[in-house]
Amino acid sequence: MSDAHTNDDHNHGIGHITPVSLLVGIFALLIFFTVLTVAVTYVDLGPANIWIALGVAVVKGALVGLYFMHLRYDSPFNGLILVTAFLFLAVFIGISLMDTGEYQRNIPPPPTVRPVTG
Amino acid sequence: MSVIQDPVNSGVYSGQDQPGGTNYINHSKGVMSWLLTLDHKRIGLMYMVSVLSAFALGGTFAIILRTMLFTHSSPENPISDSGQELYNQMFTLHGAVLVFMFIIPAVPAILGNMILPLMLGAKDVAFPRLNLLSWYCYIVGGLFFLFVLLSGGLDTGWTFYTPYSTSTSTSVAAATLGAFVLGFSSILTGLNFIATIHMLRPPGMGWFQLPLFLWALYATSLIQVLATPVLAITLLLLLAEKVLHIGIFDPALGGDPVLFQHFFWFYSHPAVYIMILPAMGIISELISTFSRRHIFGYSFIAFSSIAIALLGFLVWGHHMYTSGQSGMANAVFSLITFSVAIPSAIKIFNWLATMYKGSISLATPMLYALAFIWLFTIGGLTGVFLGSLALNIHAHDTYFVVAHFHYVMVGSMMTAFLGGMYYWWPKMFGKMYNEPVAKVAWFLIFAGFNLTFFIQFIAGSQGMPRRYADYLPEYAFFHKFSTVGSYVLAAGLVLVLLNWIHALLKGKKAPQNPWGSNTLEWHTSSPPPHENFAETPTVSDPYVMGAWDYDESIDGYVHNPQKAQELAQQGHH
Amino acid sequence: MPSRDITEDRHDADPRPRDITDMSSDSAPQPDKAHGGHDNRPPHLAHHFETPKQQFESGKLGMWLFLATEILMFGGLFCAYAIYRGNHQDVFLYGYGALDKMWGATNTVVLLASSLTMAWAVRAAQKGQQKLLIAMLVATFMGGVGFMGIKAVEYKAKYDHNLFPGQQFNAFYYESGKPKYPEKLAHAIEYIDGRNAGRGGASHGTDGQGGEHSDAAPAPGEGQVLQGAGHQQAEADAQAPAAVIVTASFAPPADVTNLAPPASPADAGVLDSAIDHAGVVQTPHAGHTQILWEDLSQTERGKVHIFFEIYFLMTGLHGLHVLIGMGLIGWLILKARARTFGKEYFTPVDVIGLYWHLVDLIWIFLFPLLYLIH
Ligand SMILES: [Cu+2]
Repeated sequence: MSDAHTNDDHNHGIGHITPVSLLVGIFALLIFFTVLTVAVTYVDLGPANIWIALGVAVVKGALVGLYFMHLRYDSPFNGLILVTAFLFLAVFIGISLMDTGEYQRNIPPPPTVRPVTG
Repeated sequence: MSVIQDPVNSGVYSGQDQPGGTNYINHSKGVMSWLLTLDHKRIGLMYMVSVLSAFALGGTFAIILRTMLFTHSSPENPISDSGQELYNQMFTLHGAVLVFMFIIPAVPAILGNMILPLMLGAKDVAFPRLNLLSWYCYIVGGLFFLFVLLSGGLDTGWTFYTPYSTSTSTSVAAATLGAFVLGFSSILTGLNFIATIHMLRPPGMGWFQLPLFLWALYATSLIQVLATPVLAITLLLLLAEKVLHIGIFDPALGGDPVLFQHFFWFYSHPAVYIMILPAMGIISELISTFSRRHIFGYSFIAFSSIAIALLGFLVWGHHMYTSGQSGMANAVFSLITFSVAIPSAIKIFNWLATMYKGSISLATPMLYALAFIWLFTIGGLTGVFLGSLALNIHAHDTYFVVAHFHYVMVGSMMTAFLGGMYYWWPKMFGKMYNEPVAKVAWFLIFAGFNLTFFIQFIAGSQGMPRRYADYLPEYAFFHKFSTVGSYVLAAGLVLVLLNWIHALLKGKKAPQNPWGSNTLEWHTSSPPPHENFAETPTVSDPYVMGAWDYDESIDGYVHNPQKAQELAQQGHH
Repeated sequence: MPSRDITEDRHDADPRPRDITDMSSDSAPQPDKAHGGHDNRPPHLAHHFETPKQQFESGKLGMWLFLATEILMFGGLFCAYAIYRGNHQDVFLYGYGALDKMWGATNTVVLLASSLTMAWAVRAAQKGQQKLLIAMLVATFMGGVGFMGIKAVEYKAKYDHNLFPGQQFNAFYYESGKPKYPEKLAHAIEYIDGRNAGRGGASHGTDGQGGEHSDAAPAPGEGQVLQGAGHQQAEADAQAPAAVIVTASFAPPADVTNLAPPASPADAGVLDSAIDHAGVVQTPHAGHTQILWEDLSQTERGKVHIFFEIYFLMTGLHGLHVLIGMGLIGWLILKARARTFGKEYFTPVDVIGLYWHLVDLIWIFLFPLLYLIH
């Protein structure tokens, strides 16, 4: 994170000052990805659609985190916190999803499915 | 607040060793100077009064339920419906109050708040306002539980399992709100501790010069920050389920009750480590100090705390083996559960190695530390039994499980907490407690605890199910025995409280460092001044105690700067 | 006020350990601090911090930790989402028909724009540009207003079609396999099926799937169902649940229809997988996502309300965060008007900015998950 100290935009004071051009550029990219992700839904790619949508969301999220939230210029520990949070969330969702998927077939159907008449 | 105010007004605190005669307790006066304080030590004291009150309340429920279990029904003398309802309420409330309001906050919020900044040589925690807010969250959460008590009670068990919790008419909504707010109190404490340890370490104190108590608090805080929010959303969902009947967890509405257990235990298994990790941190300090030896395997103990915290997130399903969880998940969770035993054992062995060839003093805190090792070993090893699928299916929801988690959550955690309280008592209040009485109380607690709970392993292995208000005559001996044991335990705890009150009012003046330990909190006066340190302490290895000379006239240790310098130089070579 | 005393005390007694100076080297220079008295101490520097930089970094670290808790709290809802979507795909494909992806996309743009202005506000604060700071904060606040306005319009539409959660509202509540509010259900089905059908492409209920339906034993209302009139189906559900379910048609009718309540979990498994399988077969997966009511199995129909509840919980909790963020930004505007912030002190702008960006970041994930289901 030596950028924070060598960047000329700020040589005194605290924190990194992001240039306007960069902010606006990131915003333009974000809008582009938003349009892209909506556009993709009009094309049928089967199961790939959801992964593309999530991938685009991850890219957008990374742009917001790195530039709007200054992570790129910040103490790496702050970024680590963010990544850790997502990692633990992945553990939570991953294992729960695996288990619920596994036991789905053991769930008895609702009462009326047992035919009354036959 | 009178409990806190009285000693101040009666002028017990003489502000020893302070030129100005003030310390943090008498630094300013009046109720508002406490209720609006930003001083971590005062907040720690306020936490102490409130958490100990909750302990007394929950302990009373526990004694009531044990008393109800002293007898069982017979054809001539059947147990009434209202009796059974009362029993359900008592076991639920003793669990909920003791877990959320005593075991989880006790060590971090009382001793952590009090000691963490002192150990860092800092003036306060990073966010004093959030610290105060955390105490207010605790109080609000406590008020919710009081409301529950007065408005129909709670009979779901502390786990709030659906769909029963969404259909019972007791005050589940208020209890979930209470636990939700208490969760925020816990999050704020953890967040504050992480930021403090990162940002306010003094020059010269790298990560591996941190006292192990702080490593333990750091690991605890990680869990508090990463797991508690999931409890928050779980409780919100439960509340929505209860009020709006949304049905995510309700099978009658197409929901999935096992999902609730996933949500609940994703928090509540790590929460077990919120309870036990800081206790282990205390033990590391006590064992080293009272063996007068450098802690053995410092980095192993430090990293095992982090390892326990992280592994703790991967084992929650061992509470759900019989819930309908899939066989695949059962196997995975069982395997990972065994692995948690490794870092726990690493700690035990390093403590034993620290004591080996040490000059062991059996002061009261050390007795508690030894009790901890004993109780935690039993609690931990039975946990490994229960982690294995085959045995768990048999022992699930029996008293074997009850005994196991009481050995960990009550036996281990409580003895470490009491040991820590005795250890830092002179620092917190500048007063010594009565040592012989403290030892008698220790004996009653240790004996009473084992009498109460060891026999429950046997009852459970004989098939006595948990949570029942009644039992077959063949279990009568176990229950009567256990109930008598619980009275012994209660007597010991009451004796501890009386000894503490006596110490506050009439206790002998405490020296700055009665134990000769070298962590930074002993480098300031007892009790510390408002600003923590009149003179900036010099950071050195927390477990090298050679620079402290015993002085008989004050019955305490005095710092010898020259020796300290020599030791520091030796350390550099 | 005790904090004053603190500040003064510390300068008489202070100097922190300086014997080992590895850490102080990278903090800001602090020349005559020990003798300088409190004049040298910036007014915003709390007593327990050494330098403004340390205080600023601590504040940010604290906020990041808080954001981690926010992520895990929302994470619970994402988990519920993943589990219901993962296990009941068609329910989500059906339910999302009620959402309008253009409103969702518009809101995404609004929130992204407000994130831009927020980041710009932080820059203005860092550079001491007071007017620009206020302007950017106001713009961010207005972004919040716009977002919540659009959200209100969307919620209104759901409310009008009985999709709101809560016992009295949601049309899709099933109890014991029966719809709780048949009329509301019919209305909601009509609304969603209409929108789903309008999403373009394949008409439904022809060829393969239709065939399966007609194979089934005749049942009251079945004929109309085949023509896609959802509301009649709903009524049929209400009147003759058992019969309709049987028509959901699984392959080995002899095994299943004569089955008494399942004798063992294994039996139940067979039965249920047969039903779910039927649902899957009926689903026009080959590129068409226009799931209609009659494509759903009985089990799935009873879970449609869960899609809406997850939608409302996720967007509701998110909306609550937007409102809290707007409150905080409002407070920043007041403070900025009092010229509180400048080059030396802008921590509140920065950390509230972080919070606002996180709210944006969560929406970035909510949008495709809720509005762009495919
Ligand atoms: Cu566990």
